[in-house]
Amino acid sequence: MDYATLLQILDSTLRLATPLLLACLAGLYSERSGIFDIGLEGKMLAAAMATGAVAFYSGNVWVGALAGIGASLVFAVVHGLASITFRGNQLISGVALNFVASGITVLIAQAMFGQGGRTPPLDGAARFNPITLPFADALGTVPVLGPLYREVISGHTALVYVALAAVPLTWWVLYRTRYGLRLRAVGENPASVDTAGVSVARLRYSAVAITGILCGLAGAYMAAGLQAGFGREMTAGRGYIALAALIFANWLPWRALAATLLFGFLQALALRPDVIERTLQISIPVPALDALPYVLTIIVLFGFVGKPQPPRAGGEPYVKER
Amino acid sequence: MTKLPVWADVVLVPLISLLLAGAISALVILGIGGSPWEALTTMVDGALGSPYAWGYTLYYATSFIFTGLAVTVAFHAAMFNIGGEGQAQLGGLGVALACLFIPWPHWSLALLGAATGAALFGAAWAMIPAWMQAKRGSHIVITTIMFNYIGAALIIYLLVYVLRPVGQMDPATANFPPSTHLPTLNQIPGLNLIFTKKVPANVSLFVALIACYLVWVLLWRTQLGYELRAFGKSQEAAKYAGISGTKIIMVSMLISGALAGLMSINNVMGESGRLLQNSSEGAGFIGIAVALMGRNHPVGVLLAAILFGFLYQGGAELGLWTSIPIELRTVVQGLVILFTGALDQMVRMMLGLVFRPARKLEAA
Amino acid sequence: MTGDTNVGRQETAAPAIELRGISKAFGSVQANKDISIKVARGTIHGIIGENGAGKSTLMSILYGFYRADAGEILIHGRPTQIPDSQAAIRAGIGMVFQHFKLVNTFTVLENVILGAEDGPLLRPSLSKARKVLQDLARDYELDVDPDALVEDLSVGHQQRVEILKALYRQADILILDEPTGVLTPDEADHLFRILRGLKDQGKTIIIITHKLREIMEITDTVSVMRRGQMTATVKTAETSPEQLAELMVGRKVLLDVAKTPATPGRTILEVKGLRVRDEHGVERVKGIDLHIRAGEILGIAGVAGNGQSELIEVLGGIMKGSGTVLLNGEPLDLSGRASDAESRREKGVAHVPEDRQHLGMILDFTAWENLAFGYQGDPAYHRNAILMDNDAMMQEALGKMERFDVRPPIPTLQGKSFSGGNQQKIILAREIERNPDLLLVGQPTRGVDIGAIEFIHKRIVELRDAGKAVLLVSVELDEIMSLSDRIAVMFDGRIMGERDPDQTNERELGLLMAGVDNETAA
Repeated sequence: MDYATLLQILDSTLRLATPLLLACLAGLYSERSGIFDIGLEGKMLAAAMATGAVAFYSGNVWVGALAGIGASLVFAVVHGLASITFRGNQLISGVALNFVASGITVLIAQAMFGQGGRTPPLDGAARFNPITLPFADALGTVPVLGPLYREVISGHTALVYVALAAVPLTWWVLYRTRYGLRLRAVGENPASVDTAGVSVARLRYSAVAITGILCGLAGAYMAAGLQAGFGREMTAGRGYIALAALIFANWLPWRALAATLLFGFLQALALRPDVIERTLQISIPVPALDALPYVLTIIVLFGFVGKPQPPRAGGEPYVKER
Repeated sequence: MTKLPVWADVVLVPLISLLLAGAISALVILGIGGSPWEALTTMVDGALGSPYAWGYTLYYATSFIFTGLAVTVAFHAAMFNIGGEGQAQLGGLGVALACLFIPWPHWSLALLGAATGAALFGAAWAMIPAWMQAKRGSHIVITTIMFNYIGAALIIYLLVYVLRPVGQMDPATANFPPSTHLPTLNQIPGLNLIFTKKVPANVSLFVALIACYLVWVLLWRTQLGYELRAFGKSQEAAKYAGISGTKIIMVSMLISGALAGLMSINNVMGESGRLLQNSSEGAGFIGIAVALMGRNHPVGVLLAAILFGFLYQGGAELGLWTSIPIELRTVVQGLVILFTGALDQMVRMMLGLVFRPARKLEAA
Repeated sequence: MTGDTNVGRQETAAPAIELRGISKAFGSVQANKDISIKVARGTIHGIIGENGAGKSTLMSILYGFYRADAGEILIHGRPTQIPDSQAAIRAGIGMVFQHFKLVNTFTVLENVILGAEDGPLLRPSLSKARKVLQDLARDYELDVDPDALVEDLSVGHQQRVEILKALYRQADILILDEPTGVLTPDEADHLFRILRGLKDQGKTIIIITHKLREIMEITDTVSVMRRGQMTATVKTAETSPEQLAELMVGRKVLLDVAKTPATPGRTILEVKGLRVRDEHGVERVKGIDLHIRAGEILGIAGVAGNGQSELIEVLGGIMKGSGTVLLNGEPLDLSGRASDAESRREKGVAHVPEDRQHLGMILDFTAWENLAFGYQGDPAYHRNAILMDNDAMMQEALGKMERFDVRPPIPTLQGKSFSGGNQQKIILAREIERNPDLLLVGQPTRGVDIGAIEFIHKRIVELRDAGKAVLLVSVELDEIMSLSDRIAVMFDGRIMGERDPDQTNERELGLLMAGVDNETAA
């Protein structure tokens, strides 16, 4: 593989990793607070549809993204109601909401646009457009690193940089702020937070809301960044891959970045079977590459790469003890 | 909170959940400019209005009985198997291999062989997640999701690269030989008086009914069922009672996987007559709704499966005759799962409000 | 006594806490009924009562976990609403729960500031807390390493973290729920020193316990609760353990079980060098030797958490261990294929577990299903190789429920519908009627009403008289002393010594339980 091809693949790695990263961090907030969320997929899908539709009508991608966040939040609140207020089964709630999202996005898109459940193609200001970072062209001439900066780091849409910035921000929130302390505590032992006079429900709702916002961004990026419009089932299991990445990352922010970059890289490779064939001199079937993130997660779960340590109160509704 | 009478919990909670799901769906239909009444009549007409329509409804119900039972058996052991989709697709592979590579003299023997293959392959696909749960404590929900995707990728690979006949374009196996064709309801003497047109519902329906009965016997009349339910209620107590957790997790998931796999005799063998990609078409997931709706009891599963059969056939009719897309059924399915499985406490609370005044009157 | 002068002085000032007519019901159960007490500032007040008397409910109301159905709370004379824990903390109330509310993966410092941070950022809070902790450690013997992870601390130290949490929130009323249940006598002494120090600084302390000895040792005044009601409040100096015990149960407690001297026969159980590790790899039983003969009850005394649970569980086939255990002269498998509970039952070991509701039965199962629990493989319960015989199980259950006086004697009721005492009778009926060679019994009367206690004790003695061996584990010293024919005391996974119940006393056993070695204690 030549350097230019590598840069191309790394460039698409970053693009493909972005929705995974946003969704993975979304899951991190929720799960760190003790609420399992299998519904990342559904929230992304709902956000993608809302973004596609509203961006088309308003012609402004940011208005579209806001609508996407709103749609994702609606699903997040229902999940919160089921998991927190009514102490229901969090896994079942997530599964259910994924189905609702999968169906309702098509229903609405079809009713609005009558294009087989798609939203019309977006262009111009209705899409996220690439941002060229300062000095990209000037530094591009520097050997090795220059092209890397120009081709891979620079020239992405705003949400790519937002996603990257969310990693250190999440770390800082978790480990350096009062909110983070409480969030981690409520996922480990909600009784400790409750007896300290802090509302478990409010904390968990806030975490679920952050999950909604981040999933909203992920969905907005899918519809108006990675692609130009919403199509049925366009998230194609990315919510589940993000979930896998979260386990892979052992619920830690920096590792979430590493895991999603790895999975993004695999997805980028799957788009270029020709490159693999040239490089490895053998042909790897595309389905094998598609399945690789899941296989890797299974391997991690097997305990070959250290045992995952999920938040201890995860999945359990909080009931005050007598 | 007011404690509900048992019958209310068993009958009313699923019914109210269904009504809630129905009401929200009606609002959705209104919202997209359709008529809920027209939608309902179209669905009833198309799914229940004639023997022909029933032939489709029962065809779908057959698949859902299998996947619903699969989820039920696992649920009783406190395992949430959402890998029915992958297990069903692998079951389809078992059916395909049995039908394509063994020369069966008669469909009954072919059914036996294919069912064995389906159950074995389905169980095999549940085995690794089960083992990981038993030995590594890896959450069965996460692992079965992963195995759904891995399974789908595996089937696509096999269909594209291995099982596709030379010269055929679409990724599918060759057609199964005629000797493996299962009689449909219109081909069965006696029933053909009712089902006069060709319908997809086939003898697998009777296998599904037998499976319902066997699952009931298993859960409430055998030692394994006793141990499985005990383990599902309390893993610690099960250990005290000398019940091996590893054994129960493995056995319950293998049975679950086998049941999910068995649905392939209905769709792959009975209907399409060859293995296509995504053969299960979401039936594995519908099993979750069916099990929840059916309160994890085979009789409930049977009724819920017919209900979802109606929903599926009716939803397809909607897609044909109205402007309402077929995806409406996915929404209803999600809502039913939501209300019966996750918001059940809310439904109970609502019912509690109804029952409380009645109680007070009794007391006075 | 200082308590007397304090009580006298406080008659004039407003009490730190006053409860007026507090009532609370859970469904049809009246947990608290018209409770009124006054606790003077700067005193230690004990609340004593049996399990289920309503003590914890009352304290949960005071800490805002529950709202009283009726009644009034006055803090320092001011009527105060306590709708949640936040309000309790604002009112200056701190609570140390029986089960600690700590985040195990956090440091001591992080646990202390949780919920009481000074601002949105952690750093200032942490450095402030570090200073405050240093002061508190100096003033009250409350030293704990602020940077240690809570999961690495001993139970006694974890309790100190809980007290520190309350003090950091400037609590001046401290409530401790069963604080010594998990402590060694040594740790308990240390705790009492801390509490006296706090009292001297003017803090008000409420201790909830069911242990008479502690009440007599540390409190100034004591209230007695029985079946949700406050039956008396007295000055500790003016009462006696006997009087308190009577107030607690409503009549003289028959502490002695009527039983004839044991006539031990051949050795049934012989344990040599038994070692048990828990799931974290921590050694809980550190090489113990013991034997039990036919017709003999061996009582294992000790503070909870000193390896008794692991001992009984490894013998019952729930945990794995190493060493030698002979049952009727045959070695038992301690770690292999035949080390499970089913194999134990086949060899004639019956087990009444310590944790009745989580181990001994399935609460959602019916009584008849529970009465076969653990013996589900018995051919008597099977029609043929595949099907179980539910009718036979039902018939047998009826007989057992009648013989063990289980109320109500309805086999189709779910396990959770029975009271604690009746649940225990169901388990005993199941295990004793198997006529085992060896019966393992853990905490047979925990949470069981007085009437059932006598019944249960009688049945255990009957089994002994039938020539069976009984291993009894209990944290109730009274129970151990009145039931056992021999007493072995466990401390830190070892047996500290063996005593004849007729030739020892609570003091001597207490010393052994505290880890003082055999000779010194004697």
